[in-house]
Amino acid sequence: MKKMTINGMVVQVEDHWTILEACRFYGMDIPTLCYRDGLSPGGICRLCVVEIGKGERTKLVTSCNYPVEDGLVVRTHTKRVIRARKMLVELLLARCPSSKTLQDLAAKMGVQRVRFKVKDEKCILCGLCVRMCEEQMGAKAIGFAGRGKERRVTPPFDIKSDVCRNCGACMYICPVCQLRCQGPEPPSVVCGACLNVEPVCLQDNDDVMCYLDTCGWCYKMKKR
Amino acid sequence: MDEDKIDKIIEEHRTDKSELIPILQDVQAEYNWLPQDTLRYIAKRLQVPLTDVFGIATFYKSFSLKPRGKHLVRVCLGTACHVRGGPRILETAERILGIKTGETTEDYKFTLESVNCLGCCALGPVMVVDNEYYGKLPPTKVEKVLHKYGYTSLSSGKGGET
Amino acid sequence: MNRRKIKSPSDLEKLRQEILAKRDPKKPRIAICAGTGCLALGARKVITTFKEELKKRGLENEVEIRETGCPGFCEKGTIVVIYPEGIYYLQVQPGDVPEIVEKTLVEKKHVERLLYTDPTTNEKAIHEDEIPFYKHQMRLLIGNNIKVDPKNIDDYIALGGYRALAKALPEMTPEEVIEEVKRANLRGRGGGGFPAGRKWETTRNAPGEPKYVIVNCDEGDPGAFMNRALMEGNPHSVIEGLIIGAYAIGSHEGFIYVRDEYPLAVENTGIALEQAREYGLLGRDIMGSGFDFDVKIFRGAGAFISGESSALMSSLEGKVGAPKPKYVHTSIKGLWNKPSNLNNVETWANIPLIINKGARWFTSIGTEGSKGTKIFALVGKVNNTGLVEVPFGITLREIIYNIGGGIPNNKKFKAVQTGGPSGGCIPERFIDTAVDFDELTKLGSMMGSGGMIVMDEDTCMVDVARYFIDFLVDESCGRCVPCREGLERMSEILNDICEGRGKEGDIELLEELSEVMKDTSMCGLGRTAPNPVLTTIHYFRDEYDAHIKEKKCPAHVCKALIEYYIDAEKCTGCLACLKACPEGAIAGEKERVHVINREKCSKCGICYDTCKFGAVIIS
Repeated sequence: MKKMTINGMVVQVEDHWTILEACRFYGMDIPTLCYRDGLSPGGICRLCVVEIGKGERTKLVTSCNYPVEDGLVVRTHTKRVIRARKMLVELLLARCPSSKTLQDLAAKMGVQRVRFKVKDEKCILCGLCVRMCEEQMGAKAIGFAGRGKERRVTPPFDIKSDVCRNCGACMYICPVCQLRCQGPEPPSVVCGACLNVEPVCLQDNDDVMCYLDTCGWCYKMKKR
Repeated sequence: MDEDKIDKIIEEHRTDKSELIPILQDVQAEYNWLPQDTLRYIAKRLQVPLTDVFGIATFYKSFSLKPRGKHLVRVCLGTACHVRGGPRILETAERILGIKTGETTEDYKFTLESVNCLGCCALGPVMVVDNEYYGKLPPTKVEKVLHKYGYTSLSSGKGGET
Repeated sequence: MNRRKIKSPSDLEKLRQEILAKRDPKKPRIAICAGTGCLALGARKVITTFKEELKKRGLENEVEIRETGCPGFCEKGTIVVIYPEGIYYLQVQPGDVPEIVEKTLVEKKHVERLLYTDPTTNEKAIHEDEIPFYKHQMRLLIGNNIKVDPKNIDDYIALGGYRALAKALPEMTPEEVIEEVKRANLRGRGGGGFPAGRKWETTRNAPGEPKYVIVNCDEGDPGAFMNRALMEGNPHSVIEGLIIGAYAIGSHEGFIYVRDEYPLAVENTGIALEQAREYGLLGRDIMGSGFDFDVKIFRGAGAFISGESSALMSSLEGKVGAPKPKYVHTSIKGLWNKPSNLNNVETWANIPLIINKGARWFTSIGTEGSKGTKIFALVGKVNNTGLVEVPFGITLREIIYNIGGGIPNNKKFKAVQTGGPSGGCIPERFIDTAVDFDELTKLGSMMGSGGMIVMDEDTCMVDVARYFIDFLVDESCGRCVPCREGLERMSEILNDICEGRGKEGDIELLEELSEVMKDTSMCGLGRTAPNPVLTTIHYFRDEYDAHIKEKKCPAHVCKALIEYYIDAEKCTGCLACLKACPEGAIAGEKERVHVINREKCSKCGICYDTCKFGAVIIS
């Protein structure tokens, strides 16, 4: 067991915990997007930042992958932390404005406007699907390609991967995916295209297949 | 794909995934680009997931997944060249070749790329064709340099992107 | 060549004496810079012409030609030095070769027009130490470049090379070596300035075997090339430092990571390693000490971010060269999760000096917090471009004016950018700042690897900020949100400002975004990326305001905010600009005033460059 301070409270924590695990155990609410139990922490979205240290020598670290240590002083909701998280949500929302998850996060944090030019990307590059595919499904059918603003999630050569089993885990875990399939009679139908049409990709795009077969995204886009 | 050729390149290194980048560099040097089937073959030989190979091939600037032209024209846009007019050299080359940066001419003679500092800052602005350096180059001389490599107005026009 | 293994320090000294005995110090020698810079200016042709000329005169056995590393004065390449007199010829062209041979080698006279001429006094300088560019420097590391052929290890040994190794291996314990480096207070020359000795100690004491030592020659900072010059010009000085470091740390395997854009450095380092191996300076039982060590070269594949320590190690492992979260330092868990010590080329090159001359001597140079010398790449709008090595504590003014010879064309100095894309712009009012790690940081910039880009009144500071951010947008690995998204948004805002679409609140938004990027980015790239923006806003806010409020670019750089026109009084009607204009936007006849058609004009500036009468004006 290790002893550390979270928001002024001295607590005991398990040796192998991260700051995030410790904070959640003691009931602190820390937002995350790219973190999921059972997957390795990505440290990508940076929303889980907390301020560590005392006095003038404090810094922000991502709690999802920072190991706890004796005497660590953590504050989860300082001005500096809130300012950072708000800006990060604003950046993400500017990239992916139609995501319900991001809109909810923004509303919760009081981010009321986006000062950047709004784009319409589908993906926030959190990498949950990549880690899911590799770590839980053992497939490694999709991965990151490109760098900088060209970075994207894709199967090799942007064509359907030989090792993809169409398990759909990538879609299941996606925090912003608008086309998440929720079963034959989902409580709130987001897309439903896969239930209604058979190989849409073939119908609409001739021989161009996306890597997840009949997801229906292209069909939905066309209808719009 | 010439499997023997690729085998030979792999054998010059250890058949180990840590050698992936040097192997890809040698394949790139051999073919001037990285054809898809060779990448698949290398992934299989080294037992590296194809996603990783693809990730690396698209991450590093010296790899190209599309065929490049016979001559690689690189214009330096390092800071020193930038303040000495590097961007104008690039614009001039774009205009002469009729392609954008990163593209290849239709006849696959030239590929135009920008590069972030070649380390000969005292000679800015610098253009490099293949491995030949042209320092202190005024925009007015770009065409003359390209002529040396067989540029004719027929070369210009858009081909594939690299 | 067959090389005898060096089995003890006395063997090395014996070998050195043998090499020296074979060489006649009075024999004329032509040293020609064969570094990338001079090669780009045609040094190869100069070398072959010398060879032909000597042959023609039957002098090929009387005179030795040596292709050397870069002596730094790239502005005046190709550089040729005639020994034993040490006559320094600048800007040598192949056509000058017969005259040099005739006058200097045969008649023992100088070729006046190839000597350095002082631009103000018109006085000629014959030797290196008379040329102002060199006179004010302290060339401990780079000074040997002109004296050695990097492709020949004997040259390095003849100058006393590998003596530090011969001293360290038998006489000092690894702990003593570390102690010496710590006492020398050698700070990493690659960027952050972390004390090398402490880093070594951490790696030495870290649990886990094997341990690795790595040379970082992934010099990605645009505008910096001192590592290239050392690595390609005097590779053995780096290798010797690396072997000593490996001994101190307890490592038996090293890597030299060289940037793909430096083909000559790769070549010369490869040859150097091979020759060191032949002499038994690498491999098993080095100099009979029982210590084993060998080095491999790794060529980078073109990614700026791979210069970051954890990213470089990922790259060595054969992965995408993106940084890892560094809560455990690479010196403890680095390459293949083993303790790994990474230093940059210049840092390693300092080690033999410290071992040879001692920490006390080393600390006598420099300032309180920064010891020794630093090589800067002095580039941009400055008369004498090139590599300059100076002791810490020298002022920016001394570097730019005494060594650099001031600003060309009598323009006004505006700012100097240090530290590459992670650094900042320092305005004129701080030109008397003493240069060291801490002073530059205080000004909001940093040392970085030592790029120093001089800017004059014609440089637009908003454009400079935009340049660096655009550079980083391309080079960010794209993994974490603040760096990837933040940089792209910064670039968007800065491009808007430069193109006349800036609006009230943009500056504040840039500042807010900068703070968050500094706070939350995963690695040093993102955390320092806002520096060029923050320093230019801080020191040149008026320029931002002019762009945003008045839609004007005071330096006449931002294309969207300028117009070209022809001054009717100055125009002679020579047709030069008319013919040069690629857009056909200039109308006029011979000896009639020309006019630019603004609708066709693409603002490429070719007319401005072409006009010899200063008739093309930018407003």
